[in-house]
Amino acid sequence: MILDVILFYGAAIVALASGLFVVSQRSPINSAFSLIVTMCSLAVMFAMLGSAFIAVLQVVVYAGAIMVLFLFVIMLLNAKQEEGERAGGIGRAAIALGIILAIQSVVVVWKGAANLPANYRETTSADVARGLFASPRFLYAFEATSILILSAMVGAIVVARKEKDTGK
Amino acid sequence: MPSLDTLYSATLSGFETAHGGFVQVALAVSAFLFVVGAVGVFVRRNVITVMMCVELMLNAVNLAFVAFSRAHGTIDGQILVFFVFTVAAAEAAVGLAIVIALQRNREDLDVDSFNLMKG
Repeated sequence: MILDVILFYGAAIVALASGLFVVSQRSPINSAFSLIVTMCSLAVMFAMLGSAFIAVLQVVVYAGAIMVLFLFVIMLLNAKQEEGERAGGIGRAAIALGIILAIQSVVVVWKGAANLPANYRETTSADVARGLFASPRFLYAFEATSILILSAMVGAIVVARKEKDTGK
Repeated sequence: MPSLDTLYSATLSGFETAHGGFVQVALAVSAFLFVVGAVGVFVRRNVITVMMCVELMLNAVNLAFVAFSRAHGTIDGQILVFFVFTVAAAEAAVGLAIVIALQRNREDLDVDSFNLMKG
């Protein structure tokens, strides 16, 4: 019990800190590694919230597959450290507005979440599979997802392919 | 003398009823991480970092889904997270392909230098 609480709050603090690191680092590779830490601590929070299956997917799909893809591209393109700020002072305006928005949204969400129901029940990966496939509610969306992934795969190959020299 | 564990579970049960426990904290963390990601999209200049900030926003939304799934005791939130995963994977694949094409054709990854469609 006490371990749950320590683990959850520890993961929350790590997620917040590494999320800030993602945004504040100038080097893309530092951002990428901070994002992996964020995703892993979010996976801990998912598990503590009772979604073990989603926590596993978070580590395997997000921290594993997607972030490896990001790191691969960063290293392939040898992305350099950023210098200077965005043109037109967008960055400074975004930080100022972001601080206000962060305070507002956290306060509003904190107050609103106090009245949420507490109908927690234990769920397993079998429940997730049943929710996906047992009724047509999500079944067609799930099938559409396969088409989306196929078209994304074809699109990625077409976009990233080297143009042959055809007089262009 | 009560053990630390019973003492803590007593305070925890009070906390659960008073504040909804983990759910409230998770939603607050989610809101904060979303704003941080949104700010990052505007602050950072490298296209790849901007994409990573978008991923951070998606992750924050996933946390909110899972928290609501716990609060309502339904599975729908977790299924929506599953869909967000697949869409994020597709988005990362196509986005990074575009980044590679940009690097090949423009040899530059600064978002301010892409203004072909600027009015």
